[in-house]
Amino acid sequence: MARHRGRGIASINYPVGMNLGGDPSQALVHSNPSGKFTVALSSIDLGQGMKSVTRQICAETLGVPVEDVYVDTADSDTGPHCMGSFASRGTHRVGNAVMAAAKEARGVMMEAAAEELEVNAADLETDGRGNIHVKGAPHRSISTKDVAIAAQFKQGKTISGRGIFLVPLSNVDPETGEMSPATCYAHACLVAEVEVDDETGEVAMVRMDSAYELGRALNPRLVEQQLVGGAWMGISHALYETPEPVYPDPAHGPRDFVEYLMPGPGDICPHDIAVLERPAADGPFGAKGPGEMCANPVLPAVANAIFNAVGVRIDDLPITPEKVLRAIKAQGGARPQARR
Amino acid sequence: MLELRKDLFADERDDNLKEIGKGTQRQDMLGHVTGTSTYFDDHKLQGMLHLKVVRSTHAHARLRRIDTTEAEHSPGVRRIVRGADVPRNLNTLLSLINFGKDDEPSLAVDKVRYKGEPIVAIVADSPREAYEAMAKVRVDYEPLPTVFDVEEALKPGAPVVNETYPKNTFTYYDVYDHQKLRFGDVERGLAGADHVLEQRYQMSPIEHAPTETNGSIAAPDTNGRYVVYTSTQALFFSVDTCAKILDVPSNTFHFIGGTVGGGFGGKVDTLTEPLCILAAMLTGRPVRYVLGREEEMQYGPPRGAERIYIKDGVMRDGRIVARKVRAYFDSGAYTRLSSYAAVKCAAHLPGPYTIPNVYGDIYCVFTNRTPATAMRGFGVTAVDFAIECQMDKLAHLVGMDPMEFRILNAYRDGDMKAHRREAKNTALIECVQIAAEKAKWPLREEFKRASSRQGGGGDRAVVPSTPRETRPQPATASQQRTSYDRAPAASREPPPPASSPPPAPPRPPAAPSHGATRFSSVFGTRRR
Repeated sequence: MARHRGRGIASINYPVGMNLGGDPSQALVHSNPSGKFTVALSSIDLGQGMKSVTRQICAETLGVPVEDVYVDTADSDTGPHCMGSFASRGTHRVGNAVMAAAKEARGVMMEAAAEELEVNAADLETDGRGNIHVKGAPHRSISTKDVAIAAQFKQGKTISGRGIFLVPLSNVDPETGEMSPATCYAHACLVAEVEVDDETGEVAMVRMDSAYELGRALNPRLVEQQLVGGAWMGISHALYETPEPVYPDPAHGPRDFVEYLMPGPGDICPHDIAVLERPAADGPFGAKGPGEMCANPVLPAVANAIFNAVGVRIDDLPITPEKVLRAIKAQGGARPQARR
Repeated sequence: MLELRKDLFADERDDNLKEIGKGTQRQDMLGHVTGTSTYFDDHKLQGMLHLKVVRSTHAHARLRRIDTTEAEHSPGVRRIVRGADVPRNLNTLLSLINFGKDDEPSLAVDKVRYKGEPIVAIVADSPREAYEAMAKVRVDYEPLPTVFDVEEALKPGAPVVNETYPKNTFTYYDVYDHQKLRFGDVERGLAGADHVLEQRYQMSPIEHAPTETNGSIAAPDTNGRYVVYTSTQALFFSVDTCAKILDVPSNTFHFIGGTVGGGFGGKVDTLTEPLCILAAMLTGRPVRYVLGREEEMQYGPPRGAERIYIKDGVMRDGRIVARKVRAYFDSGAYTRLSSYAAVKCAAHLPGPYTIPNVYGDIYCVFTNRTPATAMRGFGVTAVDFAIECQMDKLAHLVGMDPMEFRILNAYRDGDMKAHRREAKNTALIECVQIAAEKAKWPLREEFKRASSRQGGGGDRAVVPSTPRETRPQPATASQQRTSYDRAPAASREPPPPASSPPPAPPRPPAAPSHGATRFSSVFGTRRR
């Protein structure tokens, strides 16, 4: 009777966005007379950070500080249409719509500034700190606040912009499945190390090392939150969760968090993550979407690590101690594979 | 610990940006950490009523009689809502994009198809009074044979779960009972392989387990409109689904989402809003409908189970030459979104690898269980589990290191993918290399030097010749639009009298009806 360690790997890719009927999102951006911008969306922030990421995209595109942008979401009267927050589409689709709207608003802002400074708009640039100045002549400068006041009360211009990003409908060929399901793909590879108790069948996570390629980490801390949390969900899917523990028999379904198994704080493990950025041609600043795919490599990596540890293949999820123990007994004991 | 590997693909990026790439604090952080962020359920409205749903106790049964007489006289009950009260009591979510047939009632009328299916809704002054009235509803069931296994459901003579799809499978393109993927000659590939490995994988259902359960609050607003506070993940999906089911123009509603207390795909189904708004229309009062934890866990839609068979042909040198996949998505009693997951799954095959012969048959199967829906990694998570376990077994079979085996077979820029689009912007090889580096997993030099940007295209860019199959005649004439507005069994029963005369739902005379015509406000009238 012993505990055996093993390592397993998995590598995956993941499509960004859905495409079954076309996949659009819209955004509106406008400035108030103080040069503070509002982004109006009907899109939903699920906690993943949609508001924060679109805010950074808008600020970068406008050339103003992030503090000067506020993102308002989730209102069907004020926010233009969005398909919804699913399919890892938020950053890519909504981000692109916000970028388009911010570009249009920036155009008006620069024209208004040009009129105030009596120069050509093409000769102006933003400093990202709330000022617009003549290229190569920082002293010939005007604040975005003064531009907004002038646009509103003097020039009669609306510093605003409309944006839409649409991935058009791709028909699926019924015979071959030929289709354009996505415009870009995120990638990942994950190594899981586990410890398997051949007396109880229990699997303990030891550590994970991973590399995720996401196009561009627009906000690395939000990316980290997604990847760490998503990998926990992967552990949970691999080893614990199901509302139908004896599927396909629907009996014995859990009714609350006492009966529904999930890993507790003591069941998770250190996770060392590398983020790669290969920009997507059509992503906002190259971004793809880290949302969904971060859980996916964990499930097979854990299953493969269990094989490496004790020599049994569990092909039915979740990999419960009962399944591991039965498989070990069926093969006459643990058979650790080559340590790697 | 997160490390940004700026050294990779640096030539493809402009890193000289001001706001992008910074770990700026979240806009909503202060609200979250001080407990002041607003959720849909933070709206306690004056005179708000509470809606609870009486659910089927059988997985499959004919409804002989639904007797609500005693419940109507239960203290605090304002209204009992039945299937006949729902203007369009049959819907399927993806009808918004003209995909699939209406197959699911808001409230069951003639038959229940899964345990927990809503039958009547009680609207009462308090949750407690609603629960007490629920206990007084008498439902006379005639149990029917059930089927819970996806492969059993496809056998001749299996109980018909959902009469809209009598073969217990979703109908693709009016012709097929599954989604196909055909690329190259998989049988020839298998015949020429040094090893063939066929395996079966099973993903069980999974609960989204959000901290905040599904729910909504609907209230009559001025000018005949209704304001709806909701936990939805897809605001306009919910708006338009409600407009269709309640047969009113979409601008009847002002939907306000909030901070969502956990979505993961479980809040795309517009589960509570239609009944909640209907109850507000029928009573003229604000109504709150929130799932309890047991309802969320057992009758709220889960990630669906998937059964996946993979048959691979591999050469001694590690090249995979054929991959044949047959997968069954357990949709439960109704379609919801599983039909789409099967398409997404087909597009995902054979995983991030370049394999010259790929074949997929993906079935969306109906069984007598809670309808499944989207969840993180929809259509892909389970197939990735299957593919990556299979990859490990294949590497073992040919005696290769599993990391090197993946790099050998990885797709690269310029390769032709099985859904017949060129691979671009790929980075699988680099992910494997960096993960190996982090895990101190030794790779041989040639695999360390491999690149996603080299070695692709050429012969690998070609769509291989693919055997043609004979196409069957369409089983039904064109894609069905809703064939009946109100369920026949329900329309025979007069709706129970309301405790107070309800205000009529607003119906501007010029507005077109939203029902059987194609969806309007979102997608125009385009047909697939």
